[in-house]
Amino acid sequence: MGLATRIIPCLDVDAGRVVKGVRFLDIRDAGDPVSVARGYNEAGADEITFLDITASSDNRDTIVHVVEEVASEVFIPLTVGGGIRAVEDVRRLLNAGADKVGINTAAVHRPQLVREASDKVGSQCIVVALDAKSVTAPGEAPHWEIFTHGGRKGTGIDAVQWAVRMADYGAGELLLTSMDRDGTRVGFDLELTRAITEAVEIPVIASGGVGNLQHLADGVLHGGADAVLAASIFHFGEYTIAEAKAHMAAQGIEVRW
Amino acid sequence: MQRIAVIDYGMGNLRSVSKAIEHVADDAEVVVSADASVIESADRVVCPGQGAAADCMAALHSSGLAQTVIDIAGTRPFLGICMGYQVLLTASDENDGVQCLDIIPGHVVRFADPLMDAGARLKVPHMGWNEVRQARPHALWRKIEDCARFYFAHSYFCVPDQSSVVTGRCHYGLEIAVSIAAPNLFACQFHPEKSARDGLQLLRNFSRWDGQDR
Repeated sequence: MGLATRIIPCLDVDAGRVVKGVRFLDIRDAGDPVSVARGYNEAGADEITFLDITASSDNRDTIVHVVEEVASEVFIPLTVGGGIRAVEDVRRLLNAGADKVGINTAAVHRPQLVREASDKVGSQCIVVALDAKSVTAPGEAPHWEIFTHGGRKGTGIDAVQWAVRMADYGAGELLLTSMDRDGTRVGFDLELTRAITEAVEIPVIASGGVGNLQHLADGVLHGGADAVLAASIFHFGEYTIAEAKAHMAAQGIEVRW
Repeated sequence: MQRIAVIDYGMGNLRSVSKAIEHVADDAEVVVSADASVIESADRVVCPGQGAAADCMAALHSSGLAQTVIDIAGTRPFLGICMGYQVLLTASDENDGVQCLDIIPGHVVRFADPLMDAGARLKVPHMGWNEVRQARPHALWRKIEDCARFYFAHSYFCVPDQSSVVTGRCHYGLEIAVSIAAPNLFACQFHPEKSARDGLQLLRNFSRWDGQDR
């Protein structure tokens, strides 16, 4: 027996409120991050990820207050991503009670930020989020490129090389999202997941495309993921966290009960 | 009303720790403090910590709190968490070698690279929920089942010189001593403040612990 494969529900937060709602949890206010986080804790989630999608920089302080409130009442690991530009942003979120901070666009603009942040707060607190899209032309070996701005802007950076570089710069974990699969519900891009998990020594969270419980298991068994992240299948009550764990355990994947 | 001090030496997530203790110890006033006199007058002391060993030790020394920890460890119930466990040992290999507080003889070392287990490569950091085997009975294990899972996030681990101090072990490529105890001292590599029900139970146990090493 060893580490359990983590199941991580991901919530979008805009101006301090959970958006797109969470329908299955028996909670009074589905927009309240504390209620939602408490509900997922009680449902057996191994970790919670908040993605701050607030566009206005005026509202950036709001996420710090959200983290403070959640961390005061919910005692499981909390990852926060979105809008991180400087080591100071990382420190503020950690001091507010986040355990890990996700860096995405800022790492592409200035890779050194990942090194500075991990030197300061430790690798285990730094998650680099990779948004990757297939750019394979007919007849070529499969390869993927890093995109920013929600998959709209290409960077010309090869995803596997980027993953290796970020691990080398001190990332403690990678959050890998397939922009081809995100929102499609047809399952993870397993080829991409496998390419990244085999290239790095650090844990990889698979994300993007989950539509059923077998997709979660496939991410681990065929993609080599250390954790699986999903949003809609949990938020809308199609499946519970416990059902996801039972399904994975039945295929020999170690889970936490 | 008892007072529990959480040592603030400028490193790490103090809020989660203090809130978790408040959550389980309603008979306690929890104070986060960098003031040696406040820490010395508390009934219980918690030393958390996060970040690199060199920074943590530098912060402990520059704040003057290194001596405070040395003075009070063993004089009243003391709980070290994560880096707050590692700094209690003699020295750490992190950052090309760092002298620690040497309260518990032993060393802090990095996981092997690559770290292998039964032919499979394990990821480093050791990140997530792993089973903790209770190496010996202890008041802080009260109402916690053997092999309960706790949350870990670390790349370095403690190797105490004497196995008699070890209270908890975990398997991750090799056996690691994830918790230790001595009179009035308990320290753990995992994060009880992030380990849901069982972690909160450990903190509740700490808030009631008489300090005896059993």
